[in-house]
Amino acid sequence: MAYKVIVDYDLCESNAICMQVAPEVFEVRDDDFLYLLNETPGEEHRGRMEEAVNRCPKQAISLEDL
Amino acid sequence: MRTVAIVGGSLAGLRTAETLRKDGFDGVIHFIGEETHPPYDRLPLSKELLSGKLPQENISLVSDENFAALELQLHLGVRAVGFDAASKLVSLETGEEVAADGVCLATGARPRQLGDDNPQGVYVLRTLEDCLALKAEFAVQPRRVVVVGAGFIGAEVAATARGYGLEVTMVELLEVPLSRVLGEKMGQVMADIHLEQGVDLRVGVGVEGLNSKADGRVGSVKLTDGVEIPADVVVVGIGVIPNTEWLEGSGLTLENGIVCDETLLAAPGVVAAGDVARWPNRRFGEMMRVEHWDNAIEQGIAAARRLMAGPGQERPFEPVPWFWSDQYDRKLQLAGIPSPQGEVEVVTGSLEERRFAALYEKDGKVSGVLGMNRPRHVMKYRQLIVDGVGWDDALEFASTQG
Repeated sequence: MAYKVIVDYDLCESNAICMQVAPEVFEVRDDDFLYLLNETPGEEHRGRMEEAVNRCPKQAISLEDL
Repeated sequence: MRTVAIVGGSLAGLRTAETLRKDGFDGVIHFIGEETHPPYDRLPLSKELLSGKLPQENISLVSDENFAALELQLHLGVRAVGFDAASKLVSLETGEEVAADGVCLATGARPRQLGDDNPQGVYVLRTLEDCLALKAEFAVQPRRVVVVGAGFIGAEVAATARGYGLEVTMVELLEVPLSRVLGEKMGQVMADIHLEQGVDLRVGVGVEGLNSKADGRVGSVKLTDGVEIPADVVVVGIGVIPNTEWLEGSGLTLENGIVCDETLLAAPGVVAAGDVARWPNRRFGEMMRVEHWDNAIEQGIAAARRLMAGPGQERPFEPVPWFWSDQYDRKLQLAGIPSPQGEVEVVTGSLEERRFAALYEKDGKVSGVLGMNRPRHVMKYRQLIVDGVGWDDALEFASTQG
């Protein structure tokens, strides 16, 4: 099933752990804000997206089935 | 393997259970935890939950739905009191015994206390109940809060108490807070931040004892230099003790934690994870016991995979540890193992603006990175440690990062 990456920006504190896990999807820029580079990274990236969800200290990332 | 027992119901134990299921284990998983709550996040206990910014219902580590989907045999609110590594039999305080083919020990650590018999108004911070009790104290605006220990927990509580507008004294045995971890230069930066925020910081001094008032509540803290500080509330953050007493006589090696091999195996079919596990991290060539959040996750995952590994599939656990601490509006992040004695160089930003990243050197390599409000740089520089980059090359890389 296709899925979408969702970031709750009210919770996000730009810890940049997700960027460590998947830099091609999550990018914390110089302004210290997180930018989602790809909302639908595809099935081959699901494992790492789940890791990003689990590793986020603020539980700000979720995956939603489309 | 048909039955796994996970002893310890917090972050490491939860990630162990999730990983077992994710990797296809469909046998029985006993999940034993001494707290009655399903796994919750301890991080906000010194910060957002204590301050009231985060509601209590938001600290769960897993949704009810996802927790139920793990199909665990739950033993919550039940303490494990004994274990035999050879038979892999876990004894519970109820008299019940849990038999398993594989066991993950993740019983964590508990805060070190000041004394055995403390007056009322003296707190440590580890559990949800600890936090709620302290929050209730802060809410009625006590006149004076004394924080014992300027480590990360103490410093976070001091910052949160200042957020309540409370008068805070922080007492630290070291001359420079955190200097054993960060070195003196960086420890002083942290000390200065608390001083600027109006914390009365007393360094190089210990606590002699606590004095009670007539009503049985704490009245003052007596320091080893003879000074007596009035106190309505005392918060003690002087480190933790790994919970291994229940494993005495189990056949496992206990020495400042459960001693594991480099793959987290403590005995055949027995692994350990989280604050309680001590293992040789090959990447740094030293025995480690890591008390941080991210380690509990990574180690829980690795421990689950170690349990399930067939011959030849065992992998060493060799992470670059990482953690952070939020104090006031500053986010401190530390990756790797800073060598307090080694060279430390600010490579991004500056100490003056309180927004920087600094690299630590050990044996000609970059061994640690410390950041303050520089998450992007910390994560980039952490990769240098993962890659084992030499000191000079690391400095050169940093000079290109702005």
